[in-house]
Amino acid sequence: MAEKPSPAVNVESKPYWDACREHKLLLQRTRDGKHFHYPRKFAPGTLSTDWEWVEASGEGTIYSYTIAARGAGPAFAPEAPYVIAIIELKEGCRMLSNIVTKDVTGVKVGQKVKVVWDKLNDEITLPKFEVVA
Amino acid sequence: MSNRTPVIVGVADFPLENGVVAGGGTPLSIIAHSTKEALEECGLELKDVEGLTVAGSWGYPGVGQMMPLTVAEYMGMYPTYMDGTNVGGSSFELHLAKVCMAIEAGYIDTALIAYGSTQRSYSERSLGGRAPAFQAQFETPYGLPQPVGSYAMAARRHMHEFGTTSEDLAWIASNTRQWAALNPMAWNRDELTVKDVLESPMISDPLHLKDCCLVTDGGGAVIVTTLERARNLKTKPIFIKGYGEATDHQQILQMPDLTQTAAAVSGPKAMKMAGVTHKDIDHLMIYDSFTITVLLTIESLGFCQKGEGGAFVRNGRTAPGGEVAMNTNGGGLSYCHPGMYGIFLLIEATRQLRGECGERQVKDAKFSICNGTGGVLSSTGTVVLSNIQ
Repeated sequence: MAEKPSPAVNVESKPYWDACREHKLLLQRTRDGKHFHYPRKFAPGTLSTDWEWVEASGEGTIYSYTIAARGAGPAFAPEAPYVIAIIELKEGCRMLSNIVTKDVTGVKVGQKVKVVWDKLNDEITLPKFEVVA
Repeated sequence: MSNRTPVIVGVADFPLENGVVAGGGTPLSIIAHSTKEALEECGLELKDVEGLTVAGSWGYPGVGQMMPLTVAEYMGMYPTYMDGTNVGGSSFELHLAKVCMAIEAGYIDTALIAYGSTQRSYSERSLGGRAPAFQAQFETPYGLPQPVGSYAMAARRHMHEFGTTSEDLAWIASNTRQWAALNPMAWNRDELTVKDVLESPMISDPLHLKDCCLVTDGGGAVIVTTLERARNLKTKPIFIKGYGEATDHQQILQMPDLTQTAAAVSGPKAMKMAGVTHKDIDHLMIYDSFTITVLLTIESLGFCQKGEGGAFVRNGRTAPGGEVAMNTNGGGLSYCHPGMYGIFLLIEATRQLRGECGERQVKDAKFSICNGTGGVLSSTGTVVLSNIQ
């Protein structure tokens, strides 16, 4: 079976992935209180370096999603159908992830979700989301 | 300065058999073939071409690298203006804009915009396989089928906000197929009903197989020169009245509003430069990588209000005989889609404005708008063409 692609961790993303291993979802917050994801040394729009890592609540809502009927190549095909979604986090920024569910057709835009953790390998644990009942 | 006005004088698209290059070919041989045809139709020679722009999904030493050099060397030309801007399928609209600026500035007189692809012959496409590096390290590990999954999320959001349906999207595929039936160069020319689209296999919900463009080989060439030079050539010059380009993300996660593309920026810019309003436009060439690409683009360009894209296309409104002449070559959905389709928008618009399109000719077309979309709704290039100065 084809191996799942593992993130190519670099110096900018390492703190994020290190925290994921500890089941902590990190975002960056600028001085004026704006959060951003994905990890960058420079804040988008201002290029400010005046930001701090903060632990996110792990709560959000589904902004949009798709059900992959065929999967993204051989590594994912056996799992199809599965859900990929853009999550609007409570903190205001978005991230892309999977909605972990057996009921893929029950997923809807606007549903509340919370983070769950899925160990991919020794280095990487992926933040994923579940619908909150 | 009017004699330096840039005009399109030569176009060619590469003929395919069942979506592939007959007898085999390379991206370079496709470019050479198309260039030769485009030069021959206007009466220019390769040695007259000073500028070269090219984009594609191949490359040497690496994908996307040094394309103008590779093409120039292969064809035996020595350009003094080069542009390898590669922002996806819209690249060729951007190339045209930049070539116009170079010609108007007096930097060059004549340029070639070129494209070639053998993606179908060599099965170069897959729904997966994007390296999980840079921003994609936060995307690829989740198994987003690319690019269809990104477009599917835009479609889903539009459905959520505006009540757009899969049937609305299916009308786009069905209308476009009717145009393809009138284009002998188009690959898929059989009838395609709304029901056929809805019953085709789901690829990435809500997008069905028939919401997706073809995967073909192909290529083309566009020759641009000054109006002064064009006066002695064989073809009717087509004027580039306005252009605009924009981007607001690379990966779909970072798209600020999944229901609006950067055409909302590039479109008004191009139309303002051209001095036209929507009612002046007789012919639309709207990049159709997926049906949703068209729906979002016509709204973003302002041809209808946000949320009214479904009504704009429903009941054959953009099919032959309908109120709006759109994607008259059969589009990426039914004519061909070699991975970066934008050059075909320019080729078809030029032919329509020359009045060469036979059965599918748009009567008295004076203004055509071409809107390329690249990446995952990530970049747009809008161009307004006309047969009047």
